[in-house]
Formats: sequence, C-alpha cells, structure tokens
Amino acid sequence: MSEPFGNPLLVVPDAPGPHQPRSGRRGSGFLDGPLRLGTTPSATVGPYLAIGMTWPDGAWAAEEGTAGAFWIRGRILDGAGDLVADAMVETWQADPDGGFASPEDPRGAASYPGFRGFARSHTADPPGEFAVHTLKPGRVPDGDGGLQAPHIDVSVFARGILDRVVMRIYFADEAEANAEDAVLRALPEDRRSTLLATPADDGYRLDIHLQGERETVFFAV
Amino acid sequence: MTGTTSVGGPHLPRYHREDAALRTPVGFPDYRSTALRAPLRTPVDLAHRLTEVTGPVLGEDRVLPHDADLTLRNGGEAVGQRILVHGRVLDSDGRAVPGALVEVWQANAAGRYRHVGDSFPAPLDPHFDGLGRVVTDSLGRYEFMTVKPGAYPWGNHHNAWRPAHIHFSLFGRAFTQRLVTQMYFPDDPLFGQDPIFNAMPAAARHRAISRFSLERTQENWALAFEWDIVLRGSDQTPFETDDDGDVA
Ligand SMILES: [Fe+2]
Repeated sequence: MSEPFGNPLLVVPDAPGPHQPRSGRRGSGFLDGPLRLGTTPSATVGPYLAIGMTWPDGAWAAEEGTAGAFWIRGRILDGAGDLVADAMVETWQADPDGGFASPEDPRGAASYPGFRGFARSHTADPPGEFAVHTLKPGRVPDGDGGLQAPHIDVSVFARGILDRVVMRIYFADEAEANAEDAVLRALPEDRRSTLLATPADDGYRLDIHLQGERETVFFAV
Repeated sequence: MTGTTSVGGPHLPRYHREDAALRTPVGFPDYRSTALRAPLRTPVDLAHRLTEVTGPVLGEDRVLPHDADLTLRNGGEAVGQRILVHGRVLDSDGRAVPGALVEVWQANAAGRYRHVGDSFPAPLDPHFDGLGRVVTDSLGRYEFMTVKPGAYPWGNHHNAWRPAHIHFSLFGRAFTQRLVTQMYFPDDPLFGQDPIFNAMPAAARHRAISRFSLERTQENWALAFEWDIVLRGSDQTPFETDDDGDVA
C-alpha cells in the first residue's frame, strides 16, 4: 500500500493564504465582497495533550471554599461504551449573576469573587472521568427578549477527534427555566436529557456519550 | 448578513464559519481511532449568543518566563536542531489577536514525548519536557525557541509515522474561536502516508505548514520557521492593513 490515502496532490495553495496575510487588495477603499483569510484547520490533540493543556488549577472555575460552589462530574464514553481516558473537557459559563468574565460581553466584563468562568479537566484520573468545580450560572438574555436557562458551554477534545466537539450542560433541577430555553426547546424531547446534569452528592453528574444510542447532542457553533 | 445579532439591545458579533470543504472533519476513516470516538449524528446549529461570543481572559498570569524557551530545562540544554518558531495570530477578518494564550507541546528531537503513554524506544532528553506557553503581543505576534521535533511511529497502520509537528492550542477572544491544531514543517516526505495530515481538506493543508524563515534565523545559533494562525473572524472590521501589516 504505497499511497494509502490516495491523494497525489497533497497541498493546494489558495490565496491569500495565512502566510501572506498582507497580500491581496488593500488601499483601494473598495471591497467587492467579504475578503477573508482562510482559517487554520484544526487537528486532534493526540494522546499526549496532558503535556501542553493541563493546569494544576485547571478544574477550579470557582476557587476552593467559594460559597455555593459544587462539582460537576461525569464520564466520557466512546461508541463501544468504553471510557475515554485521554480527553480534555473545557467549560465556559456565566457567573451566578449572569455576567461573563470577558471584555467581549457588550454589557461589560463582570467580576465575581473567586470565580473564573473557565475550567478544564483531563480525564486521566479517575480514567474516563472529568470534574470541574464551579457555580450555578445565572440566566442570560437569549437575544429574542427572553432568558436562557442556566447553562455551561463545553468543548471536548480527545485523541480520535479531529476537531473539538461542543455541547452544553443544563441542570435537571431548573425545569421551569429549561422549559423556556430556546436551544433546548428546539431539540427533540427525547434527546434533551443528554444535556441535563442531575443532582449528586457533591454537585451534579452528566455523562458525555460520543456515540451510541444515547449520543450526546453536539452543536455546530 | 449584518454580522451582528441583537441581544436585548447590544449587538453581538456573529463568528464566520469556514466552509465545510475547508474544515477538518471530526472523523476520518483512515485515522482509525476516530471510528468509535467521532460523533456520528449531524451536530445541531447553535446560534451565537452571549456564552458563545465571550471567552476567558488568559494572559501573562498563565505563563512563566522560561516558557518561551523549550531548549532550557533542568539546568541544561536540549539536544537537537534549535529553531525559532514565530508568527502572528489573526482572525479571518485580518485583525491581529493580541494578548492571546498560545500553548504548545511536542516530541523531542528523537521523536519521543515525555509522557507515560509513549513507549517509542527513542531516548528521552533530561533537558527537554516539550511544553511551551506564550502570549501574543499587541500586534498578535508570538515566538518561542525550541528544537525541531522528530518524527515518531504510531500504531494506526503498518509502519505508520507522524510527520514532524508541534501541537498548538489557542484561545482567541471568544468561545467560538477556540482552536487546537498542529504545525508542520515544509516538504516533509511523511505527509503522504499520514492520515491526520490528510484528514485536512487538500485545499486547506498548506495552512498547517510553516515556512522556512531565513530572515529570522539567528546567526551561529538557530534556524527559524514562520507560521501564522488564523482564527474565525466576525465581520466586525473591514480587512484593511497598512504596509507594516498592522491593522489600520
Ligand atoms: Fe504529536
């Protein structure tokens, strides 16, 4: 098998490529259409992501001892039902008042004591399990005059996944808010539960199924 | 399309999504571990609301002074060809992305990772751990000194070898811009048999290959490779640069 991937033309340049960001039309003052640089294609994190992507304080979106903080834990499972012990889960969310620790929020960057909004958890220990220490996010506007239910945006990276996959964590004990949430309402009823974390001893639990009968609802962002 | 959506008054950016024909698919049959891991259902479109257009501020507080020079660890010098890797982080609107955290990791010059899971019988280097972190400057520029990583074998298919590469993890301004990818070196003879390289659409592969950068080589010290990284843009600012490449 000399050419297992069967593409003799390996590299087809386009223009302007990312190596020539300064080329192309400029200075004319007119653009006859959107002029965009091509985005860099993603690649798998591979099996050794722990070298570059783990932080000692990674799991702590909320610092230890923050009032109201809890753990969200869960397993990552593949299509055979086996644990995925070399994945990375990253979470991003609003604080309990519905603010984001980000200058990109047009309402202004929020600051909430002891809270970072972001966490990342490798799934090596215990194998296949992630854990983030956080606070329940508040409700934030949905852009159509309503409020979203409390939710956390999640990226999952792993060997064997070439581009991150994105899901949301909602909370099973927020039934009233969940019933009003535009994103949840647009999903078939029998699939919504794949995004609902359920109360547990020290917080909440939600397993992420990459494939299978209970494949998690993943989003294209 | 205006590029913005209204969220109870303030206008939010809407991040442009690259054409599917130019994006890496989540699964690729020749890369065998994707078979049970890449989701099979079509993902559900998620409109960009506040959670998606915001993102964590991760800057200098995540970086230590020695993180930009991977060749100095444990009181000694790493073995291998010294290289300076440099470039800019931009978005697809041509705007620089300043203050962005760039995390890199790589094999040593012999192709061995410092990781319990790596059983390739090539030597570890006591002076190389393969981890680097930098933050882009006000013009979106980054650079770090390292050694050129070796190719390494893996079990995907008979006699499979990964082309030399450096793993990159990037945070832009927003959740939508998050990117993890790999940088390659020019003209690697291993490209043809590597399914991770070939999973990228043919028309996008060159965007993952660095350029030999004679102008930044350091006399009597190091070679240099340049690689610009383009994150998703949001149609917020017209693409317009001056002669220095600075965003006008
Ligand atoms: Fe690698």
